[in-house]
Amino acid sequence: MKILVPVKRVVDYNVKVRVKADGSGVETANVKMSMNPFDEIAVEEAVRLKEKGVAEEVVVVSMGVSQCQETIRTALAMGGDRGILVETDDELEPLAVAKMLKGLAEKESPDMVILGKQAIDDDANQTGQMFAALMGWGQGTFASEVDIQDGSIQVTREIDGGAETVKLKLPAVVTTDLRLNEPRYAKLPNIMKAKKKQLDTLSPADLGVDTTPRLKTVKVAEPPKRQGGIKVADVAELVDKLKNEAKVI
Amino acid sequence: MTILVVAEHDNAHLASATLGTVTAAKAIGGDVHVLVAGKDCGPVAEAAAKVDGVAKVLVADAPHYEHGLAEDLASLVAGMAGDYGHLLAPATTFGKNFMPRVAALLDVAQVSDITSVESEDTFTRPIYAGNAMATVQSTDGIKVITVRPTAFEPAAAEGGSAAVESVEASEHSGVADFVSQELTKSDRPELTSAKIVVSGGRGMGSGENFKILEEVADKLNAALGASRAAVDAGFVPNDYQVGQTGKIVAPDLYIAVGISGAIQHLAGMEGSKVIVAINKDEEAPIFEVADYGLVADLFQAVPEFSKELDKVL
Repeated sequence: MKILVPVKRVVDYNVKVRVKADGSGVETANVKMSMNPFDEIAVEEAVRLKEKGVAEEVVVVSMGVSQCQETIRTALAMGGDRGILVETDDELEPLAVAKMLKGLAEKESPDMVILGKQAIDDDANQTGQMFAALMGWGQGTFASEVDIQDGSIQVTREIDGGAETVKLKLPAVVTTDLRLNEPRYAKLPNIMKAKKKQLDTLSPADLGVDTTPRLKTVKVAEPPKRQGGIKVADVAELVDKLKNEAKVI
Repeated sequence: MTILVVAEHDNAHLASATLGTVTAAKAIGGDVHVLVAGKDCGPVAEAAAKVDGVAKVLVADAPHYEHGLAEDLASLVAGMAGDYGHLLAPATTFGKNFMPRVAALLDVAQVSDITSVESEDTFTRPIYAGNAMATVQSTDGIKVITVRPTAFEPAAAEGGSAAVESVEASEHSGVADFVSQELTKSDRPELTSAKIVVSGGRGMGSGENFKILEEVADKLNAALGASRAAVDAGFVPNDYQVGQTGKIVAPDLYIAVGISGAIQHLAGMEGSKVIVAINKDEEAPIFEVADYGLVADLFQAVPEFSKELDKVL
């Protein structure tokens, strides 16, 4: 089985982003960038399937600026076999990413595509579902457990009221949720080895995809800031305030 | 211009998230139709027809719609899209699952998780866990949108009298099937629609210790929530999680116990009307957003709080 794992380079989880003064977006210059945390979980899941002997090859894909190579190398250090970068300086919306993934899936013929459920920058939560639709494949989104069977997979999904299990024909798409696994840290020897692994570069035009955005960002603003309130001295004062001042109990 | 809202339901009841989505549709302007796709979902269609502001309810009744599989719902909704300018669904695990498929089938962008409507083609949505608000304008002919239900007042569940029509079901996809469902059993109100939420964080120390929060929650008829740290530590199931990657809540009262207030957690509860924080670390960022902060050991403060409630409730 071949697994394709798309990964996104995003502003690091721990960075507190700042809105640009001109309202055109958030400040990304000189900010630490990392792999989207949900994509790390996707890489880990694919590598584990390879270690179990279920998968033969794990191909890592990223799309965007040339520095996305670093994100791919990180995934290769975790255990991915080779990488593909679709390089572009254009801003990419999920629909364009899904179309380029379709182009790659047609070249690579993977049995499964595993990716994060959402990226922590645009919080869109769209790419996996869009790609699955374009391919006509089944999808197991927000996965907490993946069980491979003969020609199909069972995916247990996190849903609002609990959990749900679906059975998908292969090839299929899985998007990862937090509890699927705990990603490993790449070890130094593996980081060195990853530098020598194959990494091919394509352009959106090679895949025949028009990446023109469909959405226009009118402005990006700071959220309304919530004002902190007071500290109460003890529990009795707290209950009194809730009852008589805020009137919420 | 006509707007289609895809209803979330369990074949018996209309989910409250649908009502906030109807309000967002009304803010866009135009006739609002509601699609109820399910199996033996007549009671849901009746409920949807009574929702204030709904002009028409469309029912697609077929066995493969019973569990809202994304593959089947998306082909149904995409097939109906020609009659509409906007397609809306709540940004819950239900809507997030199938709506991007609809957008892809129609070759249009999706605008996810909107919190306000600026005009018929322009919407505001949080990005970076709510650290920034992006206002975006859609250039597509059909706008596919998911709506953060807690950002819109729920439409009145009574007062409407919409016509109910049935629509033809689409074919079953054949690539995905429902196997089973395990819903968390609870007599407490649902997290995203509860008036009061009591949440615990890493400071709770164990799942066992959540019992003291349960006692308070029961007295207040509150839902129980948790931070990601508490979920990651295995104290409580994932569906308790409030935050960027969990549920977004906006109750009248949110009580955060032993929660430090990471930005990802704040993203899920900052819309609450009144926030209470109980934490022994007075430097915890949660106090910066709390209306009432109590610096105290939660293991003393929570049982005491519970006793004090008995006096006033």
